[in-house]
Amino acid sequence: MNNIVSISIDGKEIKALKGENLVNVARDNGFHIPTLCYFKKLFPLATCRICTVNINGKNTTACTTKVDDGMEVKVNTDELLENRKAIIEMLFAEGNHFCPSCEKSGNCEMQNLGYIMGITHTRYPHLYREKPVDFTPHRMLMNSNRCILCKRCVEEIKTKDGKRVFSFVKRGNRTTVQIDYNEERKLTDNEAIHAMQICPVGAILVKGVSEGKPFGERKYDFLNKAIRPKLKRKKFELKEGEKFVVGTTSLAGCFGCHMSLLDIDEELLDMIEIVEFNKSPLTDIKRFSKRCHVGLIEGGCANEENVHVLRYFRENCDVLIAFGECAIMGGIPAMRNFVPLKETLEEAYLNGVTTVLGADVIPASEDIPKLLDKVYPINEVVDVDYYIPGCPPNAQHIWKVVKSILLNEEIPISHEEFKYD
Amino acid sequence: MKIYHNPQRKQLMSVIWEIQRKKRCVSHDDITKIAKLFDLSRMEVEGVVTFYHFFHRQHAGNFTIYLNDSIVGKHAGMEEIKKVFEKELGIKTGHVTEDKMFGLFETSCIGLSDMEPACLINFKPFVNLTPEKVRYIIRALRDGSKVSEIYDVPKSKIRYTPGERTVFFNGYERYSALKYLEKQPGDLIDLIKLSKLSGRGGAYFPTGLKWEFARKNKADKKYLVCNADEGEPGTFKDRVLIQEKPELLIEGMILAGYAIGASEGYIYLRGEYMYLKDNLEKVIGNYRDKGYLGENIAGKNFNFDIQVHMGAGAYVCGEETALIHSMEGKRGEPGTKEYFPVEKGFLGKPTVVNNVETLCAVTKILDMGVENWLKLGTEKTPGTKIFSVSGDCKNPGIYEIEWGMKVNELLELAGADNPGYILHNGYAGECLNPLDFERPISGEGVVPANVSVKNPGDYKQKMSGIGVKSGGAFMIFNSGRSILEIIKNVQQFFVNESCGVCVPCRVGNFLLNIKLNKILNENTTKKDLEELIHWSKIIKSNSRCGLGITSSNALMDTYNKFPGVFEKLVSGNNHQNGKLDLKKATREYEKIITEIYSDYE
Repeated sequence: MNNIVSISIDGKEIKALKGENLVNVARDNGFHIPTLCYFKKLFPLATCRICTVNINGKNTTACTTKVDDGMEVKVNTDELLENRKAIIEMLFAEGNHFCPSCEKSGNCEMQNLGYIMGITHTRYPHLYREKPVDFTPHRMLMNSNRCILCKRCVEEIKTKDGKRVFSFVKRGNRTTVQIDYNEERKLTDNEAIHAMQICPVGAILVKGVSEGKPFGERKYDFLNKAIRPKLKRKKFELKEGEKFVVGTTSLAGCFGCHMSLLDIDEELLDMIEIVEFNKSPLTDIKRFSKRCHVGLIEGGCANEENVHVLRYFRENCDVLIAFGECAIMGGIPAMRNFVPLKETLEEAYLNGVTTVLGADVIPASEDIPKLLDKVYPINEVVDVDYYIPGCPPNAQHIWKVVKSILLNEEIPISHEEFKYD
Repeated sequence: MKIYHNPQRKQLMSVIWEIQRKKRCVSHDDITKIAKLFDLSRMEVEGVVTFYHFFHRQHAGNFTIYLNDSIVGKHAGMEEIKKVFEKELGIKTGHVTEDKMFGLFETSCIGLSDMEPACLINFKPFVNLTPEKVRYIIRALRDGSKVSEIYDVPKSKIRYTPGERTVFFNGYERYSALKYLEKQPGDLIDLIKLSKLSGRGGAYFPTGLKWEFARKNKADKKYLVCNADEGEPGTFKDRVLIQEKPELLIEGMILAGYAIGASEGYIYLRGEYMYLKDNLEKVIGNYRDKGYLGENIAGKNFNFDIQVHMGAGAYVCGEETALIHSMEGKRGEPGTKEYFPVEKGFLGKPTVVNNVETLCAVTKILDMGVENWLKLGTEKTPGTKIFSVSGDCKNPGIYEIEWGMKVNELLELAGADNPGYILHNGYAGECLNPLDFERPISGEGVVPANVSVKNPGDYKQKMSGIGVKSGGAFMIFNSGRSILEIIKNVQQFFVNESCGVCVPCRVGNFLLNIKLNKILNENTTKKDLEELIHWSKIIKSNSRCGLGITSSNALMDTYNKFPGVFEKLVSGNNHQNGKLDLKKATREYEKIITEIYSDYE
């Protein structure tokens, strides 16, 4: 058989069928090349680029590579791992991904890649661009906030007479996927559900059909291994009899993260052995009375008071931790970032269904903190040292990260604890 | 309008062009009709129409004006020209006058960098604009003059040719290279391989080898495409070749088509060069009349014809797989690179895509004899090369130089005025520091880009003798110019021109641009600069096509070769609390509250 060729992946010699797809060959031999847009081996789309590997010294996508004799493939170099992470972060920054309000959470391929790669936040600024949600189609709806333009639906979903139902429209960073209303009507129910299922994120939904499954039964609930927080600084030195000093606050958040923190139950007793709280809603101390080792920040910055408090924490804490989605990416309050500020105020005080009849005043006084033009993640206001994602983060997750930092040891966090949906 | 029966998909763009030109927009109903005609889904046609810059969904004005927004245009005074247009027409750029008479838009470089400020009106060029000239043009158009009566035919400014060693801009007797049709195709390919000719668009892939691949791939049909989508800002050599030497191009195409066994040839002409189309087609007609195009050419069993396909404003279509998609009537997105065009190209058949200058060179190489060609230039890059020189110099225009000429010599010929920064090979190329000026322009000893200038003496020594290669753009900026302004223009260009199909290029370039603007306008830390370079590298090493791979070249080169430029922006204030400008962030709220309370009173 001269169809068998030898290649090497990360130094391991492998025999494979000539012309086989590299992603599949790697998988069969125990090497996981992450993919996102890839879903059919005869039909690589090569849009997401996260399967980029190095072949004979050149970067290229694994999904478009057919194995050939003598290929030297590198999959997991530091640079390639870093690049993959960066690309996923780009997608999180570009779209408006509010996992807590997404039907696909737990079944989402991008979210799962976030877990696998240990992504806690994005290095890029969130764009918060207003994107259309199209309810017009007969059976489906298209939520561009969540769309990552992988092109699966564009290439895969066609009517019986071969016409495309989904198309890319416009170009560059303004590209969106749009549904052709006439063609969409021609799809059968099963074809429509197929479209929803091949969407790696929650952009395509079929009206009246929920993919929702209870926790524990979703695709990615129990798949991954533990992660470890990576410590960035030296050990804190404590004098005899001293405890670690921790401050906490909630900015534009719901206090849910604080509630979660209390959920460590009996370990609270262990905690109180080594930790004392300073400025915090738990102690009701308003001003720092001493310097803190660690400051935990819940919530993003929605008004100027939030900014002042956050800066006050940064000045008084050695280490600052963002905990919860709102602190990390604005969270639910940041959903106002797509609406002009004036409209937001009018909806809240004048026109909303919960306002009293005849309400005609938007309150303003020098005692009311001024609203910011948008809700900012806290790392766009001050430097942040660590991130604990989740809505809210699991109690154990919070406590283990804080403990790791205080005791200077990397305590593993299991997938169930880390998972933030 | 032409009546189409069962049209093929590849005709889609010409149909859209016809509607755009006739109605100045492609309306919702038009798209529905086109979709019906081509038996496509409506939204797919919408996708094609909205991909191209020159196709408008809203009325673009009876006189559609496109101003060039490249940096060379800006330096030549485009901002002022733009203001005059806006004032005279009473609209802002990007809008159409109420009577739909004028539409004013900006577009990427239109290939007239040697005559800036320049614009296109209904795809006819107007060059060396002054405020008076703008006022005159608008008055004339309002008074009923036709664009075709008042536009400027761009004069080819051929500033320099190397005397008797000239290749391209030398006398040429029509049809004389076509005697090579007597040879076997394989022999012709061998001659081109011997000549070491390589892709003059800037990628420098060996031409003979490309032909050989295409020849060897068995198929019932093969295609030859001439890439005349000269979109790289600062490049205009192909425009001049098409204007001055169309016979070299046509004959090069006939010879190439013969060598690879193609039966159809296409010239993908960029939309900005629409004014060259008629003459080009006339010349093609002449060749057809003489029997050099059509059936049984030169008495052989060789059938070949050429047609012109118009692009519609997309830089990315200069990338060969994107160009092929565009010719097929699709969005001009680059392919997945699973196959090379010589394997599966236009309509899935083996296709060779060659640059205008490459094909012209083929004609001249055969005409002058390979041995004479090899006597010119340098070992790895024999022959001559055409440069489009623009920017801060006395004599912008076309320079045919022999490979091996030093950067300094070209600067001197151009009458460069105190040059401090050069964009070599356009926005996607390498930027040159005065320390590079002793280097030869050639393919000798070319090293990977991004060598940094830590010690100027060492750098100069290390780089001496190392060639700089280029597709042909040579933009000169004098020492007084703000390098940051240039870089800003370059990065904005790539944001505008990214096709959007792959993540690193679409999102990466957009985010990189945000970071760059933050660095230019706000409190900058050293970390910001590190991120700028790190993000550039991520885009470069993961993008699908050459656009994303090269989009940060100028930025990274500037960072490496002009270390002071970015570093001087770093303020000593590395305060970890200084990231947000609180005053700016609350300004909108204050404005709203003030307005509301003044309304209440």
